[in-house]
Amino acid sequence: MREPFTSIFALRRPISTWTYRLATVVSFLAVLGGWTWVSHQSWVNPIFIPKPEDVWRVGLDLIRDENLGRDVKMSFLRVTYGFLLSAALGIPLGILIGAFEFCEGLLQPLTEFIRYIPVPALVPILMILFGIDELSKVMLIFIGTFFQLVLMVADAVRRVPYDLVQVSYTLGARRRDVLELVLARSAMPEIFDALRLCNGWAWTYVVVAELVAANDGLGYRILKFSRFLQTPKIWFYLLVLGVIGLALDIVFRKFNQRVFRWANPSLR
Amino acid sequence: MLEIRDIEKTFATRKASVRALDPISFSVKAGEFVTLLGPSGCGKSTLLYIVAGLEKASGGSVWLEGQEVRGAGPERGMVFQNYTLFPWLTVAENASFAHQLPRNIDYSKRPSEIMNQVGRASALLDLMGLADFHDAYPRELSGGMKQRAAIARALANSPRVLLMDEPFGALDAQTREEMQEMMLLLQAHEKTTVLFVTHDIDEAIYLSSRVLVFSARPGRIARDLPVPFGPDRPVDLKISPEFMALKRELFELLHQGAQGQADRSRLLRKLVDPSPQISSKDHEPEPPSH
Repeated sequence: MREPFTSIFALRRPISTWTYRLATVVSFLAVLGGWTWVSHQSWVNPIFIPKPEDVWRVGLDLIRDENLGRDVKMSFLRVTYGFLLSAALGIPLGILIGAFEFCEGLLQPLTEFIRYIPVPALVPILMILFGIDELSKVMLIFIGTFFQLVLMVADAVRRVPYDLVQVSYTLGARRRDVLELVLARSAMPEIFDALRLCNGWAWTYVVVAELVAANDGLGYRILKFSRFLQTPKIWFYLLVLGVIGLALDIVFRKFNQRVFRWANPSLR
Repeated sequence: MLEIRDIEKTFATRKASVRALDPISFSVKAGEFVTLLGPSGCGKSTLLYIVAGLEKASGGSVWLEGQEVRGAGPERGMVFQNYTLFPWLTVAENASFAHQLPRNIDYSKRPSEIMNQVGRASALLDLMGLADFHDAYPRELSGGMKQRAAIARALANSPRVLLMDEPFGALDAQTREEMQEMMLLLQAHEKTTVLFVTHDIDEAIYLSSRVLVFSARPGRIARDLPVPFGPDRPVDLKISPEFMALKRELFELLHQGAQGQADRSRLLRKLVDPSPQISSKDHEPEPPSH
């Protein structure tokens, strides 16, 4: 390559905002185009791969139907409760593990152990413990995200340079000040990024939770459609899940960039 | 004012213990600028960290104004070699960090006192040439500016003694000289007592009123030299005969413990003639790796 620093394929060099957006749009159009082409082939059974226009038509009906709104609302509430519970407990615990090696020895190996238990395998146990109502679903999301979050928060705190701790002491800060005003504060952008990732996992687990025992929610509806082989409706619900996930991701990113401007030299 | 009494330090590793500092004693008078000069690994930084209370000594004690000090405290401010500004605070907020600590917020203080503190932090930033950067974040500053802000932050606290651990070590030669001149100006203005660590002979002579030369492994004071220049030190002092003479003296002191001539010629021979015979003769057999 003649110009390794200015071409759009330069290693780790920025490209213009418009080129970036164009690339994003192209990728979505490519997937949509591939889907359209495949679904119109005579050798493809529409029950397996529905046509985009069928999904769109079914989708318009579903939007007018009251179920979609209720499903989105119920899934959203479950995700939010589970996610908030795990953030409220996971962030302080993670900060303690990252700040005190004693807490790390006490809690980190245990957390690692629990983290490797596949969460869907816990569904029967959670139903026995918490019943088949909302509580067991919220707990599934909580367990699915909490242990991951604790470890990521602890890592974020451990990445704060020790120099900052030392200089705080020489400025007259006490241990508690350093913990609150320096360690936690410095790790905040990374902690919020961990929350963004956890929110994504929460949406995976809400579908798992709703597949088992539920009367509403996106996961429940998908299971119901599959009983009647209504693939276009399933595909539409999958698209809705994708859109919700993408939207929340953007909200988290923008929030992070706004609030932690000191840590973000470049804004896209 | 600052007294170091028989401070010693031994690092314990898994297999053996390494003696970093032999018992060291000296005192620093109010307003003095004392530099600890020595090769890397001689324990001068370790000593500074012990004085700051950030490292525990294996023996001995540190006394400040007649009181033994334990742990770190705001009366011993410190500037580090690495950049240590808080990245989430602006330059001005960094400089007044200490005033915003919960323990320092005193509601019985008169507003004029509080304004004085804020005014001092801001005046120090101006003095350090950062008048236009009060609201900038650290990532927007150059290395030299970061260190100047860090010095202002340490001084805003009005410490009894300022400890500096190779504060200009990460800067380029040009910036380093500018910083040294700024340090002299600041010294004339603030008259703070300073304990300074460096391995740069020029820097040591140019800035200090006294130089303590360290020798390595274990670290101890090889010489306690007063610097015969007054507070007014123009830049061309560095090329004056008196400066050069002092530099030569310190250079010889520092290089006494360096690699012997025999080692050097053997190394040179190996580099010039890398034939396998010589290298196999010179190499110790490698220990088995497992």
